[in-house]
Amino acid sequence: MLSLASFLQQLIIRLMIAKALNYKTFNWLSGCALLIAVTLSLPIFVVSSSVFSGLGPTWVHLADTVLSDYVSNSFLLLLGVAAGTLLLGVPAAWFTSVCEFRGKVLLTWMFLLPLAFPAYIVAYTYTGLLDFAGPVQSFIREFSGLKYGEYWFFEIRSLPGAAIMLTLVLYPYVYLLTRAAFLQQSTNSLEVCRTLGYSRYRAFFHLSLPMARPAIIAGLTLALMETLADYGTVQFFGISTFTTGIFRTFYGLGDSTAAAQLASLLLSFVAMLIILERYSRRQNRYHSNSEQRAAPALIKLSKTNTCYVWLICFSPILFGFLLPAAVLLYWSVCEAVFEASAFFSLAWNSFYLAISAAVIAVLLSLLLAYARRLKSNPLVNSAVTISGLGYALPGTIIAIGILIPLAWLDHRLIDLFESFFDIEIGLLLSGSLFALLFAYTVRFLAVSMGAVQTGLDKIKPNIDNAARSLGNNNLKVLQLVHVPLMRSSLLTALLIVFVDVLKEFPATLILRPFNFNTLAVHAFELASDERLMDAAPASLMIVAVGLLPVILLSRSISKRPAMSVSKGIKQQ
Amino acid sequence: MIKKLCTSLILLTTTASLFTSATVLASGEVNVYSARKEALIKPLLEQFSKSTGISVNLITGKADALLQRLKIEGKASPADIFITVDAGRLQRAKEAGVLQAIDSAILKKNIPANLRDVDKLWFGLSQRARTIFYAKDRVKPSQLSSYEDLATSQWQGRICLRSSNNIYNQSLVASMIENIGTQETETWAKKMVANLAKPPTGGDTDQLKAVAAGVCDVTIANTYYYGRLSNSDNASDQQIVEKVKIFWPNQNNRGVHMNVSGAGVTKFAKHKDNAIKLIEFMSSAQSQAWYAAVNSEFPVLKSAEISTVLQSWGEFTADPIPLNKLGENNRSAVELMDRAGWK
Repeated sequence: MLSLASFLQQLIIRLMIAKALNYKTFNWLSGCALLIAVTLSLPIFVVSSSVFSGLGPTWVHLADTVLSDYVSNSFLLLLGVAAGTLLLGVPAAWFTSVCEFRGKVLLTWMFLLPLAFPAYIVAYTYTGLLDFAGPVQSFIREFSGLKYGEYWFFEIRSLPGAAIMLTLVLYPYVYLLTRAAFLQQSTNSLEVCRTLGYSRYRAFFHLSLPMARPAIIAGLTLALMETLADYGTVQFFGISTFTTGIFRTFYGLGDSTAAAQLASLLLSFVAMLIILERYSRRQNRYHSNSEQRAAPALIKLSKTNTCYVWLICFSPILFGFLLPAAVLLYWSVCEAVFEASAFFSLAWNSFYLAISAAVIAVLLSLLLAYARRLKSNPLVNSAVTISGLGYALPGTIIAIGILIPLAWLDHRLIDLFESFFDIEIGLLLSGSLFALLFAYTVRFLAVSMGAVQTGLDKIKPNIDNAARSLGNNNLKVLQLVHVPLMRSSLLTALLIVFVDVLKEFPATLILRPFNFNTLAVHAFELASDERLMDAAPASLMIVAVGLLPVILLSRSISKRPAMSVSKGIKQQ
Repeated sequence: MIKKLCTSLILLTTTASLFTSATVLASGEVNVYSARKEALIKPLLEQFSKSTGISVNLITGKADALLQRLKIEGKASPADIFITVDAGRLQRAKEAGVLQAIDSAILKKNIPANLRDVDKLWFGLSQRARTIFYAKDRVKPSQLSSYEDLATSQWQGRICLRSSNNIYNQSLVASMIENIGTQETETWAKKMVANLAKPPTGGDTDQLKAVAAGVCDVTIANTYYYGRLSNSDNASDQQIVEKVKIFWPNQNNRGVHMNVSGAGVTKFAKHKDNAIKLIEFMSSAQSQAWYAAVNSEFPVLKSAEISTVLQSWGEFTADPIPLNKLGENNRSAVELMDRAGWK
């Protein structure tokens, strides 16, 4: 299976290089882009190469027994999360970008807070709170004298429960990207709309919403892919989905090939969705009108309406952040056993890994997106799409997809050094931080790529031409024009990757070097050992480390880009 | 500014990554891949370092993922020891060919024969029983007898079980397959699943909590989870221990289902001698008593001291089945549970 996989990879890479070299306007930028894109899609190829090794007896068993459960549960979960994140994310984005009311600034960044929570931690806290053994139901029983089963109570460990948990932590993706889109929308077109007699209501549905659609879909795609990749929550709630199925096949049935094939099935499903979405908006291109000078007139809300907006907007913050954070705080202070001294190095490890991964992912995305803008190369496009699928895969699977090629390379290096210099160098790449950063980049490329691409697409190609006609080369144009114009998109990408890496544990668990630990791994280990309360301090630390960048970045994201561009051009 | 920051960050991380993997090759060390959680192994490793001067490098992770990493790294793997819980996993490591045989008089003396591999590839280091727990106020111990009995109609709507994704349940079913055959085990599993009070969710501790809260009357869980609750200062944990009691099933025939955590030396260990020393250290009276005290596990060393909590559970007969059977039957067990509708 392995040799077949490597043969196929080589074949594909050769084909790609050959085709790319044939390209008329081949330059170093598109060459780099191709190399990066292909490297990043390598793990996905490794995983999906399992498709060629044929279906074993495991498949008969799966199809006879549990496969239909996996499919239907995953699908229902996706539906629930899609409905939930849209319902919470889009109105929140609209209120905080178009309206003016008391406490708006506060709400704007508070909406992002749930982003700092790993979904499974929120699931644990709510289970602790609402489960039959938790304080709420215990109180009901004591107060009413009823026994379990004699009263109705929402069963948190259920499919709807899982959908709610995931919605609470994933709606910020939709919110962030949609809000950025609303902010970049030209006020002129809105004003034209209004002068034509459209009500605000109609203008929203006929203009703002369709214009923001790519961003909404991009945010939704991220939320759904994260849902598919989730293992912690569904596993804890005992719901059989594709992810739990992959691990059950891998660990329980001991069939890594069938597990990889299940993962490939999941991937092809995601790929189909992405292609469908692209196809559905193939003719629509939305470039914002860049002649936007004045800040748009915001809709001033009356006091009563402000109250309503707060009421609507505050609930996701309350349930997605404040309540779980309060529970964790209570557990940390009153129940948990932990050593405070170990936390500094854990926090530092988490922080610098997350920051490095975020910077790397955003830089690579910028390079890839810009190369595509200059000269669309179908090979780069497909390689980027393929590596973007990594976001829907559980981290463990990505990690194995990375270990295989890295260890292969390592073994070649070892042989080389042994035969030429007679030194034993050991594994240089696999089991190092390089492998970890590689994994994070593959896993979260879709996130940064989505944000960067939406930002870049908004800029009219005329601007590129104008800037180039002033004698700037491509890189100068990128530096002076695009980067300042896309500032908020770039920061958004940085922020999401940062927080995502902070929360990541499955890939970190397998790929990390000796004696290296992060907050997320630490929290997961305690939680999976059924010591939920002892995991609380580490979970709170994840939130705390994530909080500062969330606040700082959300402030600069909300600034409008126009000023910095004019500054950039003046410097010229 | 940002550009400079990025470059320096990238440089920093690449150099850091090169160093972290290079340092572990020095001697006077031993490198451990452990599926035991850090909190349940590190204190012991630190004691080992203190008494021998050998420093221990540790990576913890999920058993199957670590095993996969070992396999992929092949002969260049830095790991010297693979530690994991559950005999099924130890057997899987053996079948994957990542372990080597170890001849050690100390290990032979300290560890009973059925708790180590026949080919000397792995050694059990601590034991846990997967037994029945019941609600004191709703179940009389005389109503309970065996695992098999949980499939009878008297338990209709009264049982809580953990998901079959969990290896402990898989190993229990694997042992049943060995003892009473596939056919009978499947009928048993089907009937027991039909007796469930609620769909399987949560971990072992959650099952104990469910019994205490009155969701169900009996459950199956590992002893050390109950031991942990017993050792806790928390009032709500003490309440659970008060309401839920332990029962040793199958005392008239084969005995309680037991499992182990264990370790083996990797095939391409660079510090083989140190690795053997570490495993021997973990089988010593001192370490064995530590397991019993800290995680309420039963020592494999007969002479080791056990805590008062463990003593309070009383003597019981343990199923003497050779533990590699659990690993061999694992796949059949999972398939069986799928067919039985055990989620």
